[in-house]
Amino acid sequence: MGEYKLMKGNEVIAIAAIRCGCDGYFGYPITPQSEVMETLMEEKPWETTGMVVLQAESEVASINMLYGGAASGKKVFTSSSSPGISLMAEGLTYLAGAELPCVVVNVVRGGPGLGTIQPAQSDYFQAVKGGGHGDYYLIVLAPASVQEMNDFMDLGFELAFKYRNPVMILSDGIIGQMMEKVQLSPEKPRWTEEEIQKISGSWATIGKTPDRQRHIATSLDLDAASQERFNHKLQAKYKTINENEVRYEEFMCDDAEYLIVAYGSGARISQKAVELARAEGIKVGLFRPITLFPYPTKAIQNRVPQLKVILSVELSAGQMVEDVRLAVEGKIPVDFFGRVGGMIFSPEEIVDAIKTKLVGRK
Amino acid sequence: MKEEIIIAGFGGQGVLSMGKILACSGIMQDQEVTWMPSYGPEMRGGTANVTVILSDDRISSPIVNAYDTAIILNQQSMDKFEQTVKPGGTLIYDPNGITKHPTRKDISIYKIAAAEEAVKMKNAKVFNMIVLGGFLKIKPIVKMENVIAGLKKSLPERYHHLIPMNEEAIEQGMKIVEKIS
Repeated sequence: MGEYKLMKGNEVIAIAAIRCGCDGYFGYPITPQSEVMETLMEEKPWETTGMVVLQAESEVASINMLYGGAASGKKVFTSSSSPGISLMAEGLTYLAGAELPCVVVNVVRGGPGLGTIQPAQSDYFQAVKGGGHGDYYLIVLAPASVQEMNDFMDLGFELAFKYRNPVMILSDGIIGQMMEKVQLSPEKPRWTEEEIQKISGSWATIGKTPDRQRHIATSLDLDAASQERFNHKLQAKYKTINENEVRYEEFMCDDAEYLIVAYGSGARISQKAVELARAEGIKVGLFRPITLFPYPTKAIQNRVPQLKVILSVELSAGQMVEDVRLAVEGKIPVDFFGRVGGMIFSPEEIVDAIKTKLVGRK
Repeated sequence: MKEEIIIAGFGGQGVLSMGKILACSGIMQDQEVTWMPSYGPEMRGGTANVTVILSDDRISSPIVNAYDTAIILNQQSMDKFEQTVKPGGTLIYDPNGITKHPTRKDISIYKIAAAEEAVKMKNAKVFNMIVLGGFLKIKPIVKMENVIAGLKKSLPERYHHLIPMNEEAIEQGMKIVEKIS
């Protein structure tokens, strides 16, 4: 096991990408994630692993460069923050439609519009329910620590290539800007051309050989019947992802009568609220979805019989709460507590919400 | 052990790097640490603050609004953070530029004339290390050897020749910090 380092979440994203054998980064600066590209530029991986780092002229250019890299079977990623991700929405649905693997990091800031540079979790809908058009899903991972920023880079690429699907790491200004102790993953070399041939040779545009049809990376299919068949294939893939890739963490749930559901930085702050409430004898637990798509619906359902009320705690006006309600199917009440616009709730504010919205619920 | 600290002052005073060195020192002795800066459209002369938590156990929230120790280095930060110290907690401040001194009776208050001392030492840049020394005298939560190891970790190698100077500043800070109430 490697030694511990003190690093920012954004810095770790850059270092973890280099270490897991990433081939290329294409991005455009935006607060609060600019350290990702800054760190890559400082590290100069093009001199060591051969990884390409390129500041594109815009977010639209970045996501389309990603499309090109992904189409040739390379491990490529980009990072941005909320308004930048909106600009990438078209590219994301094209990547999903062309079944191209890539990793996109969103270090979320408050919105809507240009909003603020302070942290928020108000891009849940955009990440989980679409953002771009069409029936598609991104695989969405929600890190709650700097260590998970490291771990999810490698995991992100693994899932992206396993399912030929874009993966989003949905972080925010807290996790991105905060420094914590982190243990970096072991270094992996970049894939050789032979390895790319073996892993992605059945679809990647890596040069036509006489024995096969041309590979085309496209999402266009004008024949409706064929497009329907393709959509069914995509949906079958999402079903498999739903069955196999759900990840979550539970804290003090065994004897809980009340449950907080929170993800990412919201879960970190909620965990302290649970500790404080427990010290006052309130039987409350914390459920943290780690994958937001696929959502841990069944795991939440399994907790319902022992619970009186659930509280979804988010740095938004209430987005994930809809998925909690879908999971609960109206069996028990689901309430919501949040702060918006870049303001961050304190653990004590959540404790107050536990007392008024859970324990004191009329 | 768990210590929740806010360090607050002007941008350019070394607030963030002082927090980083403290967090690095914690890692050197196998503690869990978080370092959460206020970030924003801020600049030299604006306000800067950082929350540093050192703990023997896993840290849940990096965001807290009540602190065991507040290290306060300008008047704006005094206005903002004096009331956030937990009852029985500690407030350390540099009186330089302070017009309204702390008045709370339920906390321990210490004064460290670090800006003045830095001038005496003819090195304004060691200001934050003098303050760190004062803090460590009152709350020896990390060992001096680990602070030096932390300095080595957080400074690029080309600055390692400056470590003895920083060490001296920390020791000076330990000497000049004084209890007020």
